[in-house]
Amino acid sequence: MIVPLTHVLLLAAVLFCLGLGCVLAWRTNVIMLLIGIEIMLNAAMLAFVGGSCHWGRADGQVFALLIIAMTSAEVSLALAMVVYLHRRRKTVNVDDFHQLREP
Amino acid sequence: METTLFYILAAVTVIATILAITEKHPVHAIVNLVTSFFALAAIFFLLAAPLIAMFEIIIYAGAVMVLFLFVVMILDLGHPERAARPGLFHWLPAVLLIEVILFSLIVLVSVRVGPPAAAPMITVQDFALTLFRQYGVAIEIVSMQLLFAVVGALYLGRRRKA
Repeated sequence: MIVPLTHVLLLAAVLFCLGLGCVLAWRTNVIMLLIGIEIMLNAAMLAFVGGSCHWGRADGQVFALLIIAMTSAEVSLALAMVVYLHRRRKTVNVDDFHQLREP
Repeated sequence: METTLFYILAAVTVIATILAITEKHPVHAIVNLVTSFFALAAIFFLLAAPLIAMFEIIIYAGAVMVLFLFVVMILDLGHPERAARPGLFHWLPAVLLIEVILFSLIVLVSVRVGPPAAAPMITVQDFALTLFRQYGVAIEIVSMQLLFAVVGALYLGRRRKA
């Protein structure tokens, strides 16, 4: 372990805060919302890998791999949905997506 | 040497992420985020996880961010003057929540983490053994999930007859 685990966790927490801030501040833009979720998931991955290195077990890395797989599935679906909604409403503003039925 | 490198990379990651989330042009934001992910991949390499570092570069920086870039370009969203920027009022709840989390960070720093177990370096072999022996079911579930995501994306993306 090259640095104390606390510092890795601090970096992960700062990254998570930035992602959370992105999600909360860019509430109206779907693309930036998804980017914020990506940043938060990356911070979680960093925490897992740091713990894995600290305790010398490979389990944390396995979970990081599972998070990567989960993220790619989530992003592909979410972006397909963004394209679909943009085709129907010509916007990516979340506030315009308040109806389920066709306009 | 490696310790210094870690702190430099951490600074690069945080600064690139801040630039990404305050950028109003989506394409610039995504490029900044790719920088951040590259620095994070180097951090993973320093934390004895070379395989995860490679996956980070290949899948995150390579596939996911390019997918974002594709969508931004296909939908022609690269017009920052047309997009609604978050005003000062929008940043208020974010800053408030971040303050709470930073306070808990201070608590975290004041708590001592136990000394590292005399940990052997995790080799790729250890990783593979843990992955396929202990977490075989998880691999199956994740592969099913990816299949469902592909089917769902195809369903959402098909063109309907007008």
